Amino acid sequence: MVGIVIVTHSPKTAEGICEMAVQMARPGQKIIPAGGTADRRIGTDAAKIGEAIAAADEGDGVVVMVDLGSAVLSAETALEFVDPELRARTAIADAPVVEGAISAVVQASLGGSLNEVLTTAESARNLRKK
Amino acid sequence: MTNVYVAAIEAIGEAMIRNKEYLTDLDAAIGDADHGINMVRGFEAVRGKLGALPPEADLATVLKTVAMTLISTVGGASGPLYGTAFLRAAAVAQGKSAVDGATAVSLFMAAVNGIKERGKATRGEKTMLDALEPAYEAFAAGVGDNKPLPDCLELACAAAERGIEYTKTIVATKGRASYLGERSLGHQDPGATSSYILLKALNDFCRRRPAEEA
Repeated sequence: MVGIVIVTHSPKTAEGICEMAVQMARPGQKIIPAGGTADRRIGTDAAKIGEAIAAADEGDGVVVMVDLGSAVLSAETALEFVDPELRARTAIADAPVVEGAISAVVQASLGGSLNEVLTTAESARNLRKK
Repeated sequence: MTNVYVAAIEAIGEAMIRNKEYLTDLDAAIGDADHGINMVRGFEAVRGKLGALPPEADLATVLKTVAMTLISTVGGASGPLYGTAFLRAAAVAQGKSAVDGATAVSLFMAAVNGIKERGKATRGEKTMLDALEPAYEAFAAGVGDNKPLPDCLELACAAAERGIEYTKTIVATKGRASYLGERSLGHQDPGATSSYILLKALNDFCRRRPAEEA
């Protein structure tokens, strides 16, 4: 299954999204939070994100969900330092982080490919609330 | 003997500490009120990491250490941005035992391009690039005119300072301040300001140590 990494500024946001997403996931689905800094301040940490990407990968690739600004920059920076093969099968989704994460987890648990999970996550931006 | 590169970085760190509240106050006006706090946290971690390097560490090693530390400790966007700048400069410094004019221009250019690439930003978006890019151009022009490197740094600082003033006149379209739209007008950009502080600290350091160039 494609692994999912959640990158948010608040560690609690990432953990909460993971808790929500797990409810929709097949057992064994990797959903790893990488929110906040190493000392749990608000922020993002490329080293933490890189470790989460490595932990989420089972060989099928990883989709990284991000919230704002530095989450994107830190996730991109993290990719510079991961193993090149893993980098090639990791994608950062251009998607709303909560809706995208739920959509991605459902598609990943259905056995979707990296590209399918990414596309599904990104199409979450079209989900209307009313 | 102290490592001149380490001493230069420490001078930058001390300048960030002196300006911690100033940077945070600027960021409180148009951002998330953490820029000074983040920069100081990053450079304090840098000081620890540099202290663990052997005294003979070369420029590339020092720059790479700064890069990796900022990337993992700053927390805000300035971490990956400044981190990438130092990382790209480290790649240029690889194998170089001294910094001449041409090398300094290449280091500076690689750093600025690293920030542009990482932030997908250009000048005029109210970011650190509004200070750094004119500073680079002034520096490169000075080197092109065969001016001494400290004089070139002086030119760079002056250009960066003008860049800060310029950021007051534009609306932010990148970073957290972009959420404020028109309300970001009139405020100077904290990132441009920390870029100026960095260059100014390097300039002051070189003035104190005229025989050596960092």
